[in-house]
Parts: sequence; structure tokens; C-alpha cells
Amino acid sequence: MLLSVQDINVYYGAIHAVKGVSFEVEEGEIVTLIGANGAGKSTTLQTVSGLLRSKTGSITFLGENISGVSAAKLVSRGLAQVPEGRRVFLQMTVEENLEMGGFTQPSSTIAPGLERVYEQFPRLKERRRQVAGTLSGGEQQMLAMGRALMSNPRLLMLDEPSMGLAPILVEQIFDIIQELNKGGATILLVEQNAQMALSVAHRGYVLETGRITLSGPGKQLLEDEAVKKAYLGG
Amino acid sequence: MTFLNHLINGISLGSVYAIIALGYTMVYGIAKMLNFAHGDVIMVGAYVCFFASSSFGLPPILGVLLAMAVCTALGVVIERLAYKPLRQATSLAVLITAIGMSYFLQNAAQLLWTSNPKIFPTFFTVTDRETGAVKTGISLFEGQLNLSYASIVTIAACIVIMIALTLFTSKSKMGKAMRACSEDKAAAQLMGINVNTTISMTFAIGSCLAAIAGVLLCSSYPTLQPTTGSMPGIKAFTAAVFGGIGSIPGALLGGILLGVIEILAKAYLSTQLSDAIVFAVLIVVLLVKPAGLLGKLVREKV
Repeated sequence: MLLSVQDINVYYGAIHAVKGVSFEVEEGEIVTLIGANGAGKSTTLQTVSGLLRSKTGSITFLGENISGVSAAKLVSRGLAQVPEGRRVFLQMTVEENLEMGGFTQPSSTIAPGLERVYEQFPRLKERRRQVAGTLSGGEQQMLAMGRALMSNPRLLMLDEPSMGLAPILVEQIFDIIQELNKGGATILLVEQNAQMALSVAHRGYVLETGRITLSGPGKQLLEDEAVKKAYLGG
Repeated sequence: MTFLNHLINGISLGSVYAIIALGYTMVYGIAKMLNFAHGDVIMVGAYVCFFASSSFGLPPILGVLLAMAVCTALGVVIERLAYKPLRQATSLAVLITAIGMSYFLQNAAQLLWTSNPKIFPTFFTVTDRETGAVKTGISLFEGQLNLSYASIVTIAACIVIMIALTLFTSKSKMGKAMRACSEDKAAAQLMGINVNTTISMTFAIGSCLAAIAGVLLCSSYPTLQPTTGSMPGIKAFTAAVFGGIGSIPGALLGGILLGVIEILAKAYLSTQLSDAIVFAVLIVVLLVKPAGLLGKLVREKV
């Protein structure tokens, strides 16, 4: 088991945002958390990555309990998060952004890391000297993903990668996610676009107002009547 | 020729403002706070150098290095004790704490070193080999243009510091991490950057530069007392805002302009009103360019 989350409860002041959520991610899987806006998906992800704290339960990554470990430390343990809204460093160049992604890595691995990312995202190579603020939304998403890959993560967590992108770009991003997975990356994907997310995921969990209400293989959830009604517009 | 003299004096004073303004602007850029105790760190640096040379007889260069070491440590300790516990607090609480820290340093200095002014030694002199006369500057064009060594050293120090800092933030890993933190702390954490270490580092650099500024300031204006840092501190803060707070080239531009305007206003308009003129210029600039000369207007995220 790569990641195991057991019974986490997260609060924003008095608001109980995540209520007893448990889920698991196996090595080599794409696992998705889907749900409506405000269901607690991003909160769950930020708790795993160490930006938020759970009051109860445990988060086990690579066999070690990581609840309470800072976000910065988790990166060197192999956990990378592509945050919601991309959050690239807009005033820094594409290459500097990628270098920041490799902050925890020994300096000798930066150049090969850059080569790998540029191979995956040729657009970024073309724009390596440009500041990230001049990139389009799709390019910024690629940069955010490339930046996370620079830390050689064991688990790549993506928070709403399709947000604000044109449909053709959304497809491109999901193709890349599948490619990365075929290349060996384990992926935890949080998405509002349930259709796309479930069609690429091995397994999925449905979050509703802070609780997991359904789980199962991606294809099976796609066929589920309740899921269809609530998230797939059918 | 007198104009040229005034101009050089202005650039020299402005260089000191610029070096101090760097501390304000870097801390603001990364911790998003105004460290009003920064001016008083200058004063501490000047005192350390003063005692190193007058009481312990250390050569000036060692005195400066000692002042830099003490101020670096002081800056880091101030941040740890006074500001770090307030990381999640409102910006007003942090601002009031910074003002309190400023008074604390001034009063501690008064207690330790009394409020009697000390006369800072003249470091930058050259002894004439033939006559044995001690010169504090060079005289050009039959005495019409006087350049003090202190001014020359100050301007040179400012140039070197600016180049070093620009290289540091654009080329080094830590410098880039600082820029990343100043843009987006949560995203920087997700890169594995330790934000607390980065903030400490910023205070260390700013305070170390404050020590240099203290020595340079007192070399040109040698009266040293516990309030010595407060007015230059406020002027340098003004310079940082003038140039665009958060911007390193802005601190340089703001500092130099402020120094030149101040000296020219003193020379040609009115000595008493020179500060009023400086601030009037600031107000006009901010009315036209609210983010300062080189600042970028950042929209607050709601």
C-alpha cells in the first residue's frame, strides 16, 4: 500500500469539512476523488500533503505515519501535489519554476530532470526562458505538472487539473495523466469533471458533503445510476 | 561645481538609504510585513563597530565584520521571538509588535550605552606620505570639487551590494526559493521549500546589510546615539515605498532619488523644510504611481 488514509476529520474553525474519510492508493494506480464543489475533495488532498491537519485518524505513506509532518518535508519523502488553480510562480521563468520543483533534489539531478520534463512537455521547452505569467492556462497546467514531477515523486496528487481549461486542453491533460501512469507514476486525482476522471481512473471515490458515499472501479462508477444522476448529467 | 558636490553628497546619502531600504523591501516581499525595528538594527550595528574600534582597538574592517555578525544574529532573533509567533495574526498586530520592538531596541541601547552622543571615528582616511597630513577626501579642480573617502566607499559599497544581491536572487537556489516564497508561500511549501528558514534568511541578510549601512551612515554623519537609526530608518522605508516596495532595483532607485532630493532641497530651498519636501515628493509620486516607481500593482485575491 502506497497511501492509506484512515478516518480523517478536518475543520475550518467551526466548519466540519471532511468527516471520517478513509481511502487507499496502491502503487501504479490512478485513483480519483470526485464530488461537487465544496464536497471536501481539495481539503482531503491538502490534508494528505500536509498543508492542513486532521484532528483524528492517520495518514500512512510508504508504511510511515505522516500526519503532522510538514508539507515541505513530505516532498522529499516522495509526495508531490499540483495545487488547485496551478499556482505556478508567475514572475519566475518556466525553467526557474521547474528548478523550484526540484528544490529537494540533489543539484546533479536537476539537468536530467529538466530533460525528462521537456521531453514530456515540448511546449515548456520552447518557452523555458519566458516568465510563467505569459503562459496560457493549459501551458500553466503543464508547467505545474512538470514542476511536481521534478521532485521524482512516488505519488503525484493533482487537484482539479481540468479547471478553467477548454475541452480540447482537458483531453490533452488527461492523456498526459494516463501517459504518466503508464510510465509508472501513481496518481491521486481530485476532479469535478467526473466523466473524464472516472474514465481514466482505476478506482474512484465519491465525496458528498465531507463523506465518502460510494467507491469502486472507475468504469463501474461511470455506470452507477446515482453517480450518473448526480455528476454525469444523466 | 557646487551642484556637483551636492549631487555626490546626495548620491552618497541615497546609497545608505538604498542599503537600508533593501532590508525593508526584502522582508516585506517575503514576510509581507513592515519591520519598523530595522532602523534600530542600524544603530546597534554602528554601536558595535564604535566599541570594537574605540574600546577594543580593533581595526575598522574587523569592527565592521563584528557589527555584521551581531546584527545578523539580532535580526534572526528578533524574527524568532517577536514576529514568528504572529505568523497567523493580523497584519496590524505584527505592525504594532514591530513598532514595539523598535522602541525596545532604542531603550535597551539607552540603558546599555546611555543617551550621551558618541562621536563615531573617521575610518576612511589616507595619510599623506610626504607631509604626514591625514586627509579625509580628495580635492579636485583647485578645491572646487571635494570628494570625501566616506562618500566614495559608501557609493562603491552600495553598487557591490546591489550586484551581489541581484546575482543571489537570480542565480542561487536559495535566492530563487526566496522569490518563490514571496510569490506564493503555500506553493513554495509544496516544492519542499521551508518557509520559516527562508524568512529567517531574509531577516539575516537585511540585518547584515543594516550593520554596513550603520557604519557608512556614521562615517558621514558621526553623531551616534540610541535614536540614530530611527530617522534614516523611516527615510529608507519611504525610499522602499517610493521605488516600489518588494522590488530590489526599486529600493536602489528610491534610495538614491530620496538622498539626492533631500540634499538638493537642503542646499537650495530650505534646511528646515528639507524633510517636508522629501515627503511631499513621495506623496506626489504615490498619487501618480500608487505602487511606487518600479512596483507592480498586485490585485488582492479575495
